[in-house]
Amino acid sequence: MNASYDVIVVGAGPAGLAAASVTARAGLSTLLLDENPGVGGQIYRGITSTPVSNRAILGEDYWVGTALAADAKTSGAEIVNGATVWSLDPERLVGVSIAGQARLIQAKRVIVATGSQERPFPIPGWTLPGVMTGGAAQTALKAYGMVPDGHTVLAGSGPLLWLLAAQLLRARVKLDAILDTTPRLNWVRALVGLPDFLLSPYFGKGLKLLREVRGKVPIFHAAHIEAVGTDRLTEVVFDGRRLPADLLLLHQGVVPNVNLAMAAGVAHEWNERQLCFQPVLDADFGSSVPGIAVAGDGAGIGGATAAAERGRIAGFAAVRALRPEASVPDTQALRQKLQREEMGRAFLDWLYRPAESFRRPTGDTVACRCEEVTAEQVRVTARMGCEGPNQMKAFLRCGMGPCQGRLCGLTVTELIAAEREVSPAEVGYYRLRPPVKPITLGELASLPIAEAERKAVER
Amino acid sequence: MFKRLGEVGAAVAITVDGKPIRARVGDTVAVALLAAGIDHCRTTPVTGAPRAPYCLMGVCFDCLVTVDGVGSRQGCLVPVRDGMKIETQQGKREAGR
Amino acid sequence: MRTADVVVIGGGIHGCSTALHLALRGLKPILVEKDYAGRHASGVNAGGVRQLARDLAEIPLSISSMDLWEKIEDLVGDDCGFTNNGTVLVAENDEELASFRARVDDLRMRGYTHEELIGRDELKRLVPAVSDHCPGGVVSRRDGAADPFRTTQAFRKRAIERGAEVIEGVTVTGLARVGDVWRVETSAGPIEAPKVVNAAGAWADRIAAMLGEPVPLTVVAPMLMVTSRLPAFIDPVVILRGRKLSFKQLDNGTVVIGGGHLAVPYRDRNETVIDWTKLAISARTVWELFPAMRIATIVRAWAGIEAYMPDGIPVVGPSATSEGVYHQFGFSTHGFQLGPGTGAMMAELVATGATNVPIDGLGIERFGTLKPG
Repeated sequence: MNASYDVIVVGAGPAGLAAASVTARAGLSTLLLDENPGVGGQIYRGITSTPVSNRAILGEDYWVGTALAADAKTSGAEIVNGATVWSLDPERLVGVSIAGQARLIQAKRVIVATGSQERPFPIPGWTLPGVMTGGAAQTALKAYGMVPDGHTVLAGSGPLLWLLAAQLLRARVKLDAILDTTPRLNWVRALVGLPDFLLSPYFGKGLKLLREVRGKVPIFHAAHIEAVGTDRLTEVVFDGRRLPADLLLLHQGVVPNVNLAMAAGVAHEWNERQLCFQPVLDADFGSSVPGIAVAGDGAGIGGATAAAERGRIAGFAAVRALRPEASVPDTQALRQKLQREEMGRAFLDWLYRPAESFRRPTGDTVACRCEEVTAEQVRVTARMGCEGPNQMKAFLRCGMGPCQGRLCGLTVTELIAAEREVSPAEVGYYRLRPPVKPITLGELASLPIAEAERKAVER
Repeated sequence: MFKRLGEVGAAVAITVDGKPIRARVGDTVAVALLAAGIDHCRTTPVTGAPRAPYCLMGVCFDCLVTVDGVGSRQGCLVPVRDGMKIETQQGKREAGR
Repeated sequence: MRTADVVVIGGGIHGCSTALHLALRGLKPILVEKDYAGRHASGVNAGGVRQLARDLAEIPLSISSMDLWEKIEDLVGDDCGFTNNGTVLVAENDEELASFRARVDDLRMRGYTHEELIGRDELKRLVPAVSDHCPGGVVSRRDGAADPFRTTQAFRKRAIERGAEVIEGVTVTGLARVGDVWRVETSAGPIEAPKVVNAAGAWADRIAAMLGEPVPLTVVAPMLMVTSRLPAFIDPVVILRGRKLSFKQLDNGTVVIGGGHLAVPYRDRNETVIDWTKLAISARTVWELFPAMRIATIVRAWAGIEAYMPDGIPVVGPSATSEGVYHQFGFSTHGFQLGPGTGAMMAELVATGATNVPIDGLGIERFGTLKPG
């Protein structure tokens, strides 16, 4: 690994793989860093190593990732897995740890492709062993060939919940129930987007998935869900009914993984339709910080196909900036394709908009899992005049644990917004501090001396 | 909680709190614990509540374990290796133990 | 037109403390803060409450402040997370220890007894985890630490309860003498008052410049980092002299590591950029002093923006050009402990024109020979 690169891409999901392929093939020195053991990101998790040999289980959309991974591999990009990026600053100095060794690497351009994470799903008991995210079960299947064993309940809403159900059923997993938390009235608002949705690829796929799952699993509508157990999950209680359960899988959509971009100083804005913060970006996915782009779902949720297209567009922008003499294909066709991908999104966003009760918890429900801060504590503190998440951090320590707000940030923002009766846009988000992933003191101490001398910063 | 679809991959011998566990090549620590039926990997530093892996994608930090003496490692990001010693974490278990 | 007895510019611990003490004297202060109270250095500093190793000119203020810290709950209605397990200045070799001995002897001659020289055994008793290469040090047993944001907020809250007005999110844009009062122009309209206190921290030079009184203030951002929760292993705050380090474990188990390595500050954007190469030096220092810390995880690093003066001591006292204006800034990365006492002293000075706490050597006139700019 070198001390500097033309382009550093963070995250080897569809956006990162596509972006790195584009820049490396254009002759730019390209480093692609990813913290997971293999490439693919979450959507194509385990794409080069999955033990699942029956291709039908994961479905054709998954195997699209094979070509992306292969393309990146032969592109000339240097791909490093097990590389945890813990800092990115506005001068595009990237802090990364690989096998316990920390280093700082300079890039002329950085493409942040850190993708999405599942939206927090704060219900009573969601910290109990036996409660996991739907994405976790999908990862277990894709990357490790592992499936739920025992009484299994899925709960939540959104396309990925139905995809997971279908994949598990194909792997002959018995599902005890699906608790659909989609508010029934969402249809009304979603209808406006219906014509676009009917024309988008989502329509056919979605219908097929629903048909595949219905009839094989009892499906209930649920407005209130509770995970019950003392030291581990034993029961799921919903709307007055009880089900014995060993595993409860929660999912209510995905949101951009904002930590790295925010810590780099990239300006973000509230997306009211998708109920999350996303970076403010130009047409090439360039951010408010010169030289830093954000592509893929991290730029706003658009799905895997859109992510790869966004990655390519961001990659071509880097090529144009660093090698103006290089011939870059016209990205117009790419942009049109991307637009078609994104067209059906509005319908899905409105249809699967998570219920307020599952985003804005009450009472003893844990909001911050790390520091074990309850929804009521956050609400009371907001009512006492604490106006924003950063002050809330100082009062309650929420967001100050190792996950650094990933699983409480949106909840805390929404709770403050609810108590103050203002928009989450006005409340804002945590100011995120590096390292965006914890590093050991020993790793930090291991930063090479030569580099320490190189960056003598003038105040 | 989880079972393997098939016995794919060579066996890897690790220990969890001194007890031998058979994992598979390609497993991460968190997945090996789930496959072995270990139902929690740590207790929290605040209330001592048990926790198990939650997201398996590096986000939640609930799968923190001590790996070969180094505390608070994200189990879902660390691949298993023959002879690896895993310890579940009780509360504030890290430096100065 | 809004009017007050005193306009306090800046909602850090100093501005909030001065506002509280003015209100306690029956005056009506209005505090103007451009962000929110405790947004910068006062809310995000290391929280050290230290009399140890201070400049001679600051010692009277520091001692008067310590008296207030010890009854902080009576003063502000909140214990502010204050603990007093002492501060230990660790000597890393015999030469350092010898220089510490000379300092302690000098303080004794001046009548100050808060610093106490300790040998290896007492050091090991106070700080069992310290590396064996350290031959001793100096302890100030009444010292300790507090929660900086909570403290600043407590002063703000109590000031309001006692009659101060606190206006946040409002910037001071001008300062002019109109008749026998000062007219403070702000983004929320003018305020008139006979007295003004400039406690604007890293932005205080801009207020001083409005008075034709330029000061050589440097904007700095000392970096801090914090670990995840560790088992309790150290009670006092530990500092070094030869190398930059301050080190303390909070009640919640987290360890805060600071010492003055600087981030790059952007004061117009309220931003700082962490310099990891310097934090790596901190990490090595900690490793050498406390070997068990090697595997502790760092979860966050940050820096607060503040003012540093060329001589490393604050500007406290009346303006040299403008009657009725007082300065209280430039605490040069060690102003948190001084907040309660300096606020009390400043309120006395503003209200009575004099103070019993000596502030010789801290006046702005000491920069009088410097050229503007």
